[in-house]
Amino acid sequence: MSGPRRGDDCGSIRFTFDGKELLARPGDTLAAALLANGIGLVARSFKYHRPRGIMAAGVEEPNALVTVGTGGRSEPNTRATDVFVYDGMVARSQNRWPNLAFDVGSVLGLAAKTLPAGFYYKTFFGSAKRWMFYEWFIRRAAGLGDAPSEADPDRFSQRAAFCDVLVVGAGPAGLAAALAAAEAGESVILVEQDSLLTPSLVRDPQELGPAWAQATAVRIRALGGRILLRTTATGYWDDNLITLSERLAEPGEQPPNGTAQRLWHVRAKRVVLATGALERPLAFAHNDRPGVMLSHAVRTYVRRFGVVPGQRVVIATNNDDAYLTAIALRDAGAEVVAVLDTRPAPAGASSGFPVHNDTMPLATKGARHHLREVSARVDGKIVRWQADLLAMSGGFTPVVHLHMQAGGAALNWDEASQSFLPGAARQSVTSIGAAAAADPVGPTPSPENPGKAFIDFQNDVSLGDVDLAWAEGYRSVEHLKRYTTLGMATDQGKTSNMAALGRLAEKQGVAIPEAGLTTFRPPYTPVTMGLLAGRTERDAGAHLRRLALYEVHQAKVPIWQPLGYWKRPRAYPQGTETLAQAALREARGVRQAVGMTDVSTLAKFEVSGPHAAALLELICATTVAKLAVGRGRYTFMLREDGLVFDDGTVWRLGEDRYLLTSSTGGADRMATHISYVRQFLCPQFKVSAVNVQEHYAGIAVAGPQAKAVLAALIGDEPPRHMSTTSATIAGLPVIVLAASYSGERAFEIYVEASQAEPVWAACEAEVIAQGGCLYGMEAMEFLRIEKGHLVVGGEIDGRLTPHELALGGMLNKADGFVGAAGLTRPALTQPGRKQLVGLEALAGTIPEGAMLITAPGQPAEGHVTASGLRVLDGGSIALGQLNDGFARRGELLLASSTTRGQSARVRVVAPHFYDIGGERYRD
Amino acid sequence: MMLITCSHCGPRAQTEFTYERTVDSVVQPDADPAQAMEQLFTRANPRGLDDELWRHTFGCRAWLVMTRHRVTHQIEAIRAVGPEALP
Amino acid sequence: MTKYSALGLLRGVFNGQSHWQPAWRDPEPKANYDVVIIGGGGHGLATAYYLASVHGIRNVAVLEKGWIGGGNTGRNTTLVRSNYRQKPLHDFFEFGLKMWEHLSDELNYNVMFSPRGALMLGHSDADMTMLAQRGDAMRVDSIDAELLSRDQVAKLEPQLDMSRDARFPIEGGLIQRRGGTARHDAVAWGYARAADRLGVDIIQKCEVTGFVQQGDTVVGVETTRGRIGAGRTAICVAGHSGHVAAMAGLTLPVESQTLQALVTEGVKPMINGVIMSQSLHCYISQSDKGGIVMGGDPDNWPSYAQRGQPMVTEGAIAQAIALVPALSRLRMLRTWGGVTDMSFDGSPIIGTTPVPNLYLNGGWCYGGFKATPASGWTYAHTLATSTPHPLNAPFDLDRFRRGDTIDENGVGPMPNHR
Repeated sequence: MSGPRRGDDCGSIRFTFDGKELLARPGDTLAAALLANGIGLVARSFKYHRPRGIMAAGVEEPNALVTVGTGGRSEPNTRATDVFVYDGMVARSQNRWPNLAFDVGSVLGLAAKTLPAGFYYKTFFGSAKRWMFYEWFIRRAAGLGDAPSEADPDRFSQRAAFCDVLVVGAGPAGLAAALAAAEAGESVILVEQDSLLTPSLVRDPQELGPAWAQATAVRIRALGGRILLRTTATGYWDDNLITLSERLAEPGEQPPNGTAQRLWHVRAKRVVLATGALERPLAFAHNDRPGVMLSHAVRTYVRRFGVVPGQRVVIATNNDDAYLTAIALRDAGAEVVAVLDTRPAPAGASSGFPVHNDTMPLATKGARHHLREVSARVDGKIVRWQADLLAMSGGFTPVVHLHMQAGGAALNWDEASQSFLPGAARQSVTSIGAAAAADPVGPTPSPENPGKAFIDFQNDVSLGDVDLAWAEGYRSVEHLKRYTTLGMATDQGKTSNMAALGRLAEKQGVAIPEAGLTTFRPPYTPVTMGLLAGRTERDAGAHLRRLALYEVHQAKVPIWQPLGYWKRPRAYPQGTETLAQAALREARGVRQAVGMTDVSTLAKFEVSGPHAAALLELICATTVAKLAVGRGRYTFMLREDGLVFDDGTVWRLGEDRYLLTSSTGGADRMATHISYVRQFLCPQFKVSAVNVQEHYAGIAVAGPQAKAVLAALIGDEPPRHMSTTSATIAGLPVIVLAASYSGERAFEIYVEASQAEPVWAACEAEVIAQGGCLYGMEAMEFLRIEKGHLVVGGEIDGRLTPHELALGGMLNKADGFVGAAGLTRPALTQPGRKQLVGLEALAGTIPEGAMLITAPGQPAEGHVTASGLRVLDGGSIALGQLNDGFARRGELLLASSTTRGQSARVRVVAPHFYDIGGERYRD
Repeated sequence: MMLITCSHCGPRAQTEFTYERTVDSVVQPDADPAQAMEQLFTRANPRGLDDELWRHTFGCRAWLVMTRHRVTHQIEAIRAVGPEALP
Repeated sequence: MTKYSALGLLRGVFNGQSHWQPAWRDPEPKANYDVVIIGGGGHGLATAYYLASVHGIRNVAVLEKGWIGGGNTGRNTTLVRSNYRQKPLHDFFEFGLKMWEHLSDELNYNVMFSPRGALMLGHSDADMTMLAQRGDAMRVDSIDAELLSRDQVAKLEPQLDMSRDARFPIEGGLIQRRGGTARHDAVAWGYARAADRLGVDIIQKCEVTGFVQQGDTVVGVETTRGRIGAGRTAICVAGHSGHVAAMAGLTLPVESQTLQALVTEGVKPMINGVIMSQSLHCYISQSDKGGIVMGGDPDNWPSYAQRGQPMVTEGAIAQAIALVPALSRLRMLRTWGGVTDMSFDGSPIIGTTPVPNLYLNGGWCYGGFKATPASGWTYAHTLATSTPHPLNAPFDLDRFRRGDTIDENGVGPMPNHR
C-alpha cells in the first residue's frame, strides 16, 4: 500500500505510529487513520509473525493489534479498529523485532511446515530443565505487546443501576426498541460499543439516517432513558445482571477527570439484544495478507471514514451484501476488476460488475507486505487479477454471545444463512434485528490449499491445522480448539468459529449443528483488569479498620503490627531502641511495675435475656450457668467436629446479662457462629446476642501496681481477680474486668469507643505515676508465652481437642454444647496426636515455627507454636505441639528451622513458666 | 450473580448474602453422636434442588432457608428462620 | 502408534505432516472390563495408564460423558507444587511432583512441565513465621523450600509492588523452586494416548446412568451406550462425585461449589514463576502463550453450573493488581468456572467405599490438577491390590467419622469457611 488514501482533508489530529507523525480526522478509528495515511502493514501474527493489516472495522478485528499510550497508561493489544484517534496519541506496532517491515521472528514462518498445530506436544523431550531451555525462547517469541512496567496513574469507577429494559446495541433495531420501551413508560438503558449511534446507517444510508437516530436519542433521553456510548455489555450473569464497561477515555488517553473507565453492574427486568452480526471471512490460500479485508469493513471505511482502502479491487462473496461494497467502491472512484461469487449464475448477473460465478479466490500474492494479485479458477482455468484490495464476505454470524451467557444454550441452526440464531432462553432476554436473523448465503467451497487458508488469523490457525487435529483424533470441537488454539486469541474466535465448525462437520460427515458448538464465556470483548478491580486495588479489597485510639498511639510513633482487619501497636520504642529491646523493656515494666495496652480489637458479645446462660452453655465448652453475678471465667469454644477453634472469657454482668470475649482474628467467625446457634438451633430462646466488638474500646492494665492504678482511677477497691464491676473513669462509665493475659494482676477497662481518649489519658497518667509504661503486642506475646496462655492461630490451630490443649479439665461435664458429639470420634483419643507442651532451650534461642525432631534427619514430631523468653531472668522458652507431648516431659529434642539455618536443643517441660500457682493474682 | 429476595428486606444482590450450609447438614446439639457425625460429614449434594441456609450478612443479618436449583440457580422458595419466624 | 519426536516433525515437512495417527482410538465399549473408570479427566486417564503400565491390568475402560479432559482438567490454573504444611499432603504431592519431572518422557507427550518456581509471599513477620514453619515442615521430609528476603523476592519478580506503605507490604517469601506450571490439556491427552497404546479403551460420549449391583456389590454400570460389566468400578469425576456416588446409595463428605479462573490477553514475559500469597487469596502465573492466568477465592456456595458470580473475580483481580500493579492495563480475555468437589477437611479422598467393588477418587477441592500423576498412581495401586498405597492410606473415606481429618488450614468441616 502506498500513498494517502484520502482527499485533501487529511484532518488535524496529530498522532504517531511507530514514531512516524501522522494526521487523522475527528471520529477516525486508528485503523481508519492508518489506512488514510497509506499504512497497510500494522501488525505481526502471533505464531509465525506473518505480516498483517486491517481486516475488519470493529471489535472482531483479529490482526491489527497495536500498543497505545505510554508509561503506566500504555495498553498493549489494542485493536486499531476499536480505538478512536485523539490528539497526541502514541501507537506502536508489537510482536516484531527490530521493526514491523523487517521482523526477525518471521523466520518462524519459514519453519511453519515443522511447526503444525500442537507441534510442541511432540518434541522438546528430556528433563524439565531441558524443556525450560526451549521454553525460554518460546515465551519470548509468544505473547503480543509488552505489559506496562509502571503502576496505572488513572482511576476506574464502578456503578450499579437498575432498569426495566436494557438494550444492547444502538443500531436501528436497538434504537427503535429502546424508543418503544421508553414510550411505554419503561426505564431504559441503551448501550452502544461504538462512539456513535446507528453506525450501520452511516455505512448503508437508508431512509432512516443519522438525523433520525439523533431525534430518536433525544426522545429517549427526554423520556428518562439513559444512552451510553463507548459502552460494551461484556457479561450476562444470573438473574439478568449485565456487566457493562464504559470508556470515558480512549485507550492510552489521559482521562479528562482522572477516571479512565466505568464498570456498571446493571440489573434489568428484561434485556433486548440488538448486537448485530459479524461478517465471516472466506478461507483460501494467503487470505491473511494486508489488503484482504472483510466486505462490510471496506464499505465502512469508504462511507464512514472517507478512506478508500484500494483502487483495484476484487470482491469475493457468497451473498448479495458484498455487491453493496462494490457499489460503494465504484462510487468512490475505485475499480472493481472482478466479483468472485461462489453461487451459480445468475447470482450477481444484473449487478453490472464483472461477475464470475461458482468460484472464489484460489490464492493471493503480494509485494512489500501488501496484496498485489488475486487468482481464481474460472471455468477450469486459473485467472489472475492485479489488485490492491480484496473484499471478502462469507456471510454473517449473528452475535449470540450474550444470549448464550444468559443461559440460552438453545441455538437454532439456520441452513439458509449458515448461522446459529438465538433460541429459547432461561432468562428474560430477546434478540432482535441482525442478531436474530441473517440473510441467506451461497456455498462456501473448501480451498485447494488448506495449509495457508487461515481461519483464526491472530493465532495462525489454518484449515490444514483443523484437518491435522482431526486426523490425530482431536475431534470434539473443544479438543479442536484446545489442540490448535483456534478461537483462543484476543479476538476470541469471533471470525473463526463458524469456519472451524464447518470444517469439523465436513470431516464428521454431519450437519454443522451436530458437530457441536463451543461455549461463549464472558467477557464479550476483553475488559481492562483495572476496571474490574475498581477503586479497591490500592487496598486489595481489604479495608483497614482504624482503632478508636489510633491518633493517641500514632502520636507515640509505635511500630505497627497487622492483626486481622486492624493494625495494633507492636511496641513503643524509645530513642534508638530496636523492636526486641523495646518489647523486653515494656514486658519487664509489666512484670516489675505496671503497663497498659490497647485491647480494643478483641471480639465482644453482649448476651442478655432469660436464656442468656443457656445460649452460652451451647456456645462455650465450659460451664457458664454456675457463674455468680459479678464473676468471670476463662472459656473456649468447639466447632461441631469437637476441635477447639477459639477461646476467651465470659462474664456475668448482671442476673441475665453476660459479656463474652474471644479472639480478634476470629471475631467475624464467632459472630456468625453465635448467630447461627441463636437463630437456627434455638430460635425459641428468649435471648439477645449483640456483637459489641467495636462499640467498646478496651484498655488492659497489668502488673503488680495495676491494682493501685485502678484504685486511683475508680476511687474504689478494684474487683478481685476474675471479678467485674462497673465504675467511672474520667467521668465516663466503664466496665472493669479483672482478667489477666500476662500472669500479673490485671484489669481490662471497657469504655464506649467514642469516649476512649479521656479514659486512656487518665489511665496513662496514673500508670506513669506508678512508674509504669505502655506496652505493645510483642511484649504481650512475651508475657503470655511465659505464663502459658494460648493464642488462636498459634496453639489453637483448629486441629486439637480440649484435652490436647490441656483444657480437658475445664470441659462442661454436662455435654449439650456444640462440639460434644464431635469430641466422641474415636481417633481423637488415639495415641500419636499432638499435645501442648512447654519447651526450654538448653542454649541459644528457640526459632518460632521450627520443627521438633529427635535428631537431624528424623521426622518432625511437632513444632514450636510460639517462642519467647523468661522476661526477668532471660533464657529462651517456647510453647509447642508435640506428638504425645504430655508424656514426654524432660525429653531432649531439637527445634530445627532449616529454612532459617537456626536450631536449638530444647527440653520438653510443662506449658507454663511463670507463677504456676497463680500467687500474683491474689491481693 | 443471583437476585435473592430476603424475607425481611426484599430483593437484594447476592453479594449481600453468605451461604452457610445445607439444611441436611444441621446438627442439633442433643443429637446422638454417631447420627450427628453422619449429618455433619455427608451431603446429599444433588444436581438439582436442595435446601440451603443463607444469611443476609451485609443486610439485616437474618438467616434464610432457600430451596435452590444447583444448575440453574433458580430459587424456588425462600423462608425466614429465627425467633421472628416461629409460629 | 507414531512416536513423537523432533525428527517426526521434520519428516512432516515432506508429507505435510500427514503421517500422524490418531492419538487414541475411538472404540466401541466391550461387554466387560476388569476395571471400569468413570470419568475421563486427567486423574481417570492417569489411573488407567498406571493400571496398565504398572499393574499389567489392561482390560480397562475409561468412560467419559463428554470429551476427555473437558472438566476440571481443562479448567484449572495449571499450578504444580508440593508446598503443603501437613505431612500426608506434602508427602503425597511431592511424590507427584517427582513424577511430573519425568512425565513428558514417560508419556512421550510434552506436558510442558515448567518448574519456574512457586513463590508464596509473606506480608508481615507473622506471615514469614508461618512460611518458615511450612518450609521447615517440608524440608524435614526432604522437599525443597527456601525462605527469601524482600530483596530476593524483588529480584525474582521485578513486577511486584515492593513499596513499604502497601496495604499488604511484601516482607519476603517462601519459594519451592521445583514448583511451576504444566499444560493442562496435554496431561489428559498424554495419559490418554499412553493408556490407549497399552490397550485401555477410552470411550467418550458415554455417560454413566446407574450402577449394576448384585446384592450390594457393584458388578457394572449402565451407560448411555449400554450396560458395561466391571470387575471393579472406580469413580473419578471430581465435582460430580456426589451425584455419581448417590447412584450407588452413597452420600459423601463432599459439596460441589464453583471456582472461577481467568486469563488475560497475551503479553511478553512479565511474571516469571507462580506467585501466591500467605495473606491474599490470589495466585498468578503467566502461560507460555503470554496470558496472565489467575484465580482467587472460590465462590463458596454450592453449584454445578460452571458459572460463578462476577464480583468474586473482580475481588481476585483487585488483589492481583495490589501485588502486581502493571496488571492494571492488561485485559481479561476469558473467565470460566469449574465445579470443585469440596471435601470436609480440604483434602482428597482416595480409596475403597462401603459398597463392595466400588472405589472413590474425589474431594480434590481446588487443588487436583497438580495431583494428577500421584492420584493416578495411588488409585491404580488401590484398585489393583484392594489396599491403599501408603501415600493415599491417610486419605480414606472413613477418616471423617473417625476423626483423622487432614486439615491444612485448620478450619473444620465447612468448605465455605476454608
